[in-house]
Amino acid sequence: MDTALYGIPILGIVFQIAGYLIAVLPTAAPTILAAATPLGFGALCGVVCERSGIVNIGIEGTMLTAAFTGWIVAIAAVAILGPMDPGPLGITPALLIGLVAAILSAVAVSLLHAWLSISLRVDQIISGTIINIAAIGITGYLNNVISAASPTSAGQFNKIEPPSGLTDLPVVGWLFDAILNQGPITISLLVCVVVFQVLLFRSRWGLRTRAVGEHPKAAETVGIDVIRLRYRNVLIGGAFAGLGGAFLSMELSNSFQSDGVAGRGFIALAAMIVGRWTPIGAFGAALFFSLFLTLGQTINFLPPGGDLGVIVAAIPAQVFSALPYIATIVVLTGLIGRSIPPAADGRPYEREATA
Amino acid sequence: MTAAPKPIRSRFGAESLRTLRTAVILPVLAVILAIVVGSIFIYAADLIANQGAFDFGKPITAYAALVGGSLLGFDPIIETLKQAAPLILGGLSVALGFKAGLFNIGVQGQFLMGVLGAVAVGVALSAQSPLIAVPLAVIAGTLCGAAIGGLVGVLKAFSGAHEVVTTIMLNYIAGNILAAFVVGPLRVPKAPAPVTFSVGNASLPIFLGKTGHIGILFAVVAVVVIWWILYRTTLGFEIRTAGASPEAARYAGMRPRRIIILTMAIAGGLGGLAGAGELLGVTHQTQSSFATTVGFDAIAVALLARSNPIAIIPAAVLFGAMRAGAGQMQIQAGTPRELVDVLQATILLVLVILPVFARRISGRGGKVIPAEAQTITTSYASETVAP
Repeated sequence: MDTALYGIPILGIVFQIAGYLIAVLPTAAPTILAAATPLGFGALCGVVCERSGIVNIGIEGTMLTAAFTGWIVAIAAVAILGPMDPGPLGITPALLIGLVAAILSAVAVSLLHAWLSISLRVDQIISGTIINIAAIGITGYLNNVISAASPTSAGQFNKIEPPSGLTDLPVVGWLFDAILNQGPITISLLVCVVVFQVLLFRSRWGLRTRAVGEHPKAAETVGIDVIRLRYRNVLIGGAFAGLGGAFLSMELSNSFQSDGVAGRGFIALAAMIVGRWTPIGAFGAALFFSLFLTLGQTINFLPPGGDLGVIVAAIPAQVFSALPYIATIVVLTGLIGRSIPPAADGRPYEREATA
Repeated sequence: MTAAPKPIRSRFGAESLRTLRTAVILPVLAVILAIVVGSIFIYAADLIANQGAFDFGKPITAYAALVGGSLLGFDPIIETLKQAAPLILGGLSVALGFKAGLFNIGVQGQFLMGVLGAVAVGVALSAQSPLIAVPLAVIAGTLCGAAIGGLVGVLKAFSGAHEVVTTIMLNYIAGNILAAFVVGPLRVPKAPAPVTFSVGNASLPIFLGKTGHIGILFAVVAVVVIWWILYRTTLGFEIRTAGASPEAARYAGMRPRRIIILTMAIAGGLGGLAGAGELLGVTHQTQSSFATTVGFDAIAVALLARSNPIAIIPAAVLFGAMRAGAGQMQIQAGTPRELVDVLQATILLVLVILPVFARRISGRGGKVIPAEAQTITTSYASETVAP
């Protein structure tokens, strides 16, 4: 008879889990927010596009383009300007030029998506798929050609390193550590999420965006230029995806790998849906995802001790690797349920004939 | 029964000129333009890598290797067909979802579950007669794919969970399930890295040349079966109706939940069959991860074929040929294999742009949104279910 298991009281295990989480999570908090950054920016891109009625599954490709462009332009800038000492946060002129190039490249890719889906009224999923395939092909191809010369990286943005007086505070210190022990792109995500949540629901632009996404004909009759607003929103979305891509090759690391976005654009799409097409919700979903992602990695890397450790050791490591994906499905089916997209999402708009 | 909704689309184009244009002239133009764009990339690589030394004939060398590795000769053609088989099945899976108004990004996961089912049963039966081992292993793979696809359908039907989210998440979960089994119970004892035994007698029989396995035939049969289901059965009619107009389907008394679950299960089965075919026909064993990009290639194939089951064959063969020849191109001409993705993206781009311009130039239909443009993306954002 295997009675050993009965010796472990359920309540004790619950306490052990809580203890483990309390021990691990504060240390992991900065990692969690950093891991959520590309997802958050990708999801913001999706929110801004889809709220105005344009489906964008090309987020992945847009981010990939930006990651590659930022990385290679920064390298080129170093080659032209010569190496420079990094200023605060590791910022060099070359890195800033790279960042701007990353954003511009993503905006250019979005312009292609906008032209195809708004002006030509091509199917938006086809347009997004073209962007994804082209981005994998072009960046992978050029990376393959360029890496033969093994270029020296232009460096990366550094973390802020908040004062220890703040992070050592009892109870809330870890929170400051999580939010402030980050690079500039991650910090800018926090600002963007709050600003766009307010803009989307409190500003004229937000009202118009939502109107165009729900009922473009009605919006047009009250004088809103549907086409122009959709163009503008898709380009803004592109800038977000550009920041997300730049984060990967210029803040999280200082290098670019072929297919370096590794599906984050699609996870961002999922975060947007789980977050019900709102900036805060999408960011929350991204944060939730990276919480479980980091937790799964931590459990495999630093397993808990005691009875809990015995139980954890009996579970295949892959279960913990799959934790974020399982948790997302559970939350979506159990708590969120049906997420309803903007009514005109994905439907090409055509002006009434004026002639 | 209440009045049936009108037919969604005529199956065969009425105007022969238009058929000729879409079936022959457009694809040829697309391939030519892709060759031009690809040449620019080949020249660019040459300029970057060789510091200005310029080989004017480089694209010809590269394309000759690409075609040589995929079409010239018996073995290259078999390689092309082998590459095309999983793309046909995956493309069918995505296309079937589109027909029902579901965006199936989950072929990757369905494929991996097919690999798992096939390798588990195949290894267990590796010493049995092929007459028993092969069908059981194929069925196991297909059922595993159908299970994960059906799960997506159940989640969508009963809680409204968006299939785009669940399929993306299940792709990763399937990868972890496969890894857990290969690292755990299916692992060859004392092997330095996790790997399974070979499936032995459960390997798919070869019917063409040295490596042409019957998985190629599965793909062709699947096309016929899916076409038959879609256009000759009540279920197919319901699937197409639900995809074209969920409202109409509900008013006609069709059960949306049943349609969603069945469609996703069949789509998952197709993805699983693709995985089983690759494992039993090509690799015969697997490591803890199974490298494939079939999930996203399948979406491109389905889009290229406009979700038409028959058109999926040429679309998949085109993509398969590029995959088959990419290796030779890299070896013989030194052109990175990612060029193939650039070519595929260009082809897809030209095929969606040219008809729009053709319509604008001819001055007719410029104001009309093409019917097919409404079926695919709206599937992403539509509500197939209203419980």
